[in-house]
Amino acid sequence: MNQFSKMDKSFDAQANYERSRAEAGYVPRNEARQQDYDRIGFMSGLEVHQQLLTKEKLFCHCPAGVYNKSHEYDAEIVRHMRPTLSELGEYDGTALMEFKTRKEIVYRIKNATACTYEVDDTPPFPINREALGIAIEISLLSKLNIVGEVHITRKQYLDGSIPTGFQRTAIIGVEGEIPLRNKTIRLIQLSIEEDSCREISDIGHKRVYKTDRLGMPLIETVTYPECMNPDEVHEACDYIRFLNRSTGKVRTGIGAGRQDVNVSCKGGTRVEIKGVAHTKWIPELTHNEAFRQWSLLLLRNKLTERITDSSAWKVQVADVNAETIEPLPDILQQATDLKHDIKIIRLPNFKGALSHFTQPGKMFANELSDRLKVIACLEKPNMLHNEMLVPALTEAQWTLMGKKLKANGNDALMLIWGPQDDMKTAIETIEERCKMALDGIPPETRKSLPDGTTIFERVLPGADRMYPDTDSAPIPLADSYIDNLSKNMPEDVIKRYHQLKKWGVPEDTYTYIFSKNLYPLISDMHEKLGIDPKITGTFIGHKLKHELGKAGKDKFKMKTIFHLFAFLKENKLDYRLAWRMLPELIVHPRLDFDSLLNTLKFKKTDEDSILAKLPFVGEKFEVNPKKPESQHRHNWIMGQLRNLATGNIDLTKLAMAVKANQA
Amino acid sequence: MSDDIFQGYKGEALGLLKKFNTRVWGQASIETSRGKFVGTVLPRSENDDDQHIVLKIPTGYNIGIDVKTVISIVETGYKKANYKIPEKQFPVTPGLPKVKLFGTGGTIASRLDYRTGAVIPAFSPGELYGAVPELADICNLETEKLFAVFSENMGPKQYIALAKAIGKEIEQGVDGIVIGHGTDTLHHTGAALTFMCQNLPVPVVLVGSQRSSDRPSSDAALNLMHAMKAAGQSDIAEVMVCMFGPTSDEYGLLHKGTRVRKMHSSYRSTFRTIGDTPLAMINRKEITPIHKTYHKRRNDRNVKIMPYFSDEVTMLYYYPGMRPDTLDALIDAGYKGIIFVGTGLGHVNKELYPAIERAHAKGVHMFMTLQTIWGYVHMFVYDTGRDMMAKGIIPAGNMLPEVAWVKLSWVLGQTNDPAEVKRLMLTPVNDEITDREPYNGYLVYQGGVPEVEAFIKKVHK
Repeated sequence: MNQFSKMDKSFDAQANYERSRAEAGYVPRNEARQQDYDRIGFMSGLEVHQQLLTKEKLFCHCPAGVYNKSHEYDAEIVRHMRPTLSELGEYDGTALMEFKTRKEIVYRIKNATACTYEVDDTPPFPINREALGIAIEISLLSKLNIVGEVHITRKQYLDGSIPTGFQRTAIIGVEGEIPLRNKTIRLIQLSIEEDSCREISDIGHKRVYKTDRLGMPLIETVTYPECMNPDEVHEACDYIRFLNRSTGKVRTGIGAGRQDVNVSCKGGTRVEIKGVAHTKWIPELTHNEAFRQWSLLLLRNKLTERITDSSAWKVQVADVNAETIEPLPDILQQATDLKHDIKIIRLPNFKGALSHFTQPGKMFANELSDRLKVIACLEKPNMLHNEMLVPALTEAQWTLMGKKLKANGNDALMLIWGPQDDMKTAIETIEERCKMALDGIPPETRKSLPDGTTIFERVLPGADRMYPDTDSAPIPLADSYIDNLSKNMPEDVIKRYHQLKKWGVPEDTYTYIFSKNLYPLISDMHEKLGIDPKITGTFIGHKLKHELGKAGKDKFKMKTIFHLFAFLKENKLDYRLAWRMLPELIVHPRLDFDSLLNTLKFKKTDEDSILAKLPFVGEKFEVNPKKPESQHRHNWIMGQLRNLATGNIDLTKLAMAVKANQA
Repeated sequence: MSDDIFQGYKGEALGLLKKFNTRVWGQASIETSRGKFVGTVLPRSENDDDQHIVLKIPTGYNIGIDVKTVISIVETGYKKANYKIPEKQFPVTPGLPKVKLFGTGGTIASRLDYRTGAVIPAFSPGELYGAVPELADICNLETEKLFAVFSENMGPKQYIALAKAIGKEIEQGVDGIVIGHGTDTLHHTGAALTFMCQNLPVPVVLVGSQRSSDRPSSDAALNLMHAMKAAGQSDIAEVMVCMFGPTSDEYGLLHKGTRVRKMHSSYRSTFRTIGDTPLAMINRKEITPIHKTYHKRRNDRNVKIMPYFSDEVTMLYYYPGMRPDTLDALIDAGYKGIIFVGTGLGHVNKELYPAIERAHAKGVHMFMTLQTIWGYVHMFVYDTGRDMMAKGIIPAGNMLPEVAWVKLSWVLGQTNDPAEVKRLMLTPVNDEITDREPYNGYLVYQGGVPEVEAFIKKVHK
């Protein structure tokens, strides 16, 4: 039975929301199984961005990696982006959207980090060779086919994030692969490109950027959409990031690695979740996006049952006189004070759509509101509607306003307000999005939120936005050059993974070891000092991670660990001493190890003299009637000797001696 | 035609394409020692080497394949790019001024061909309307392509043709004229048209763009709107250059054709009025005069077209230690006029004196201008200057070197009489020599660093 056909006066939005969520078969991620993903046809791929560690930017000689605060700048430049006609004489979808928004783009420039190249007043200088070399090395590690000649291409971006209106980018290799634990994911390509501006604010018709990051060398690794569940996407992303880091030639820290995640469900559309800063957010985001699409497809099926001719579907709009709304909600009072227009919009046959489930805590009305913000520049809250979970207007008020538009019980109603100039775009935006709901899932890029949901960011750009950069000549890559680069490459991450396993390094340390690129350190200590990787791996993956985290330090010279173990070995001290020394070492990284031991009140003592103390210590033990004597005696004696023993004697050996002495 | 299907390929690359029967625009699958590549074979730029084949891969990027690595190529399909610019009828709105746009070859508006990367110029009113629809709110537009040359190839022939076309258009009652022009020699043309088209009743506006119109951040559309507005709606009936004021998309400046100069190789705001203030600021809403006096728009059609130009004038940019043989060579080559570009107040070294005397004796007309660009020639201050004047070099006031060259060429196209040449050169047609230089004419940033820093922080640069 179709619940919408009833002309019921009272509509329970909350019940509709929950019902539609159940109909979509939404399950929280921690309860989801592979069958759930198979049912909705989960499919996902990645675009992993990684900044390269170079001194200068990619196409000019400004320093890379020097950042400035948003309020620190020397000048501002204003630009507007105009769409250019595509090959078929049509404007690209994104282009048209960005043009509709009529944004004024302001760039905040700091002399130390930007020159005339960044603001598009000087053509590019020849490509940064250091960056090119790193990109090729990573392409080789990714098993990509390296191109014979690098062609710099312009990729249009009209959001203003790059002052030229396009990003200079070039393919280094195509068709590669990465091994996951249980499968192989193929790579489409790897490109080198210039990084974009950082957004400071985007309010109304003004978007402000800073240009410090703009132009920094970046690579983008693109996979085929071959991940079949959220955890695979996570694993693939980690692998690519670890691979990049294994070269030691990429930047780390906040924003140095970011990924765009492409997701679709069966019958859905490729939607790109942009700029995911942490790989651990990926599972929740991809899960929710796949279900958002699945829910929207369900909504489409419901709507098309009622609306047979989608091309003829139209919204109806009327002006609203605020004086006739009694009582007037605060938000509308503010709009009236600002002399904004208020419009009532009728969405014919859309009853139940606005409160239809899309994501946890979100419904279809949010899709409209998000677009109103981005395309029509109406700041949120920017709409009221008659299916809000917490109603802002009474049913009677809606009925009264709806009369003007001859609305009936099958329709949905909404109110929008804003400057007069923005109303045309706003109404078009609503109509457009609603019509898309009759069709399926609009291709878009979406921004991730910390709660695992996403909001509309832009219309997904079409393919026709690439063209050669007439300012740059092609760069040939000779075999000899590539051979040379391949000589100094690290081994594959997957090989290292298996080696760690073979060494018996506990598995819970791998993420830390790979993300900080500490495998070479462990292998170095193994090869040069002959120390069991199980000891150093555990030390790094547990103790070091813990202590650095506790100290809140992100800058620590990892080479120090090598010196520490070399010192212990040279002085024939037990490696367990490293555990004791590390906290002090982190606080005083410049202190020499002898002094460090002094501050720890460590005394070098040979094994025999420690063992010789056993009878004497044993005599001092007093029986505690509440504890079993044998175990207690053992622990007590160990406790007495631990400080002296650590570093001087293997504690296992000592424990055995204590036991023997007791017997 | 075999050339056509292998567009731009030569040598080894051409041989390889022929060997494997693969054409430009063919979809190809290429097996190489570096792996397999698929995509559409693109034309190759004529100046690039013969060692690579260009491929557009499915993701839209272009790559090059090294011919030395190729094992085999299979053409799996073929699709030739076919493109044309969309034309939309340019609407005629009663009450809007009638503006004529002359094309000279510079790209004002254009469309991209994403497959080839070629920039296809948009020029007809319909094409322009498709690219910059806002123009229809400013004027009723007509266009005419006079010639198609790059800015650096604009010369006397084109100046004369332009001047005549302007005269004809004015007679036919146009309200304003816009000339689309490459930016490199925009100011030479501005000076030439000022001298050739005198007593103008309507604005003649030269416009170009510093960033080509195929890019979203281009200055072309805004420049075009400003120029159309200046031509159709301003009451400044002079030859002007209309280009960006700041590098920001904020306003344009209208510069007098005789006082404007390109001052930066790539900046958007490259054009500057030298030794004076610009005529006016212009944005899409209004035109704000900066100059207090200018030639006003009139209803009559009494323009005076004087299309003269001699190709026997040259320039000599002086440098320390210049030997007289450079000047001798010019005299021997038969030049009738020489514009000196001297140091400081207008000086050259003594070693040149005998050559100068020889030139003077041969009847060569010589004028002095400045390397400093800003300021006046003052040849009375030092003996050197007085010596040179005695030897026949005439100071050209604060006329810009390029303008002096254009003007002497124009003058010698009319007369060879020394007194008349001098009179015409030193009688300004439109401020190429000014009586006075305003305090804010010399407005360069370096004068007060902290103040200017504060200033450009406050207003948009």
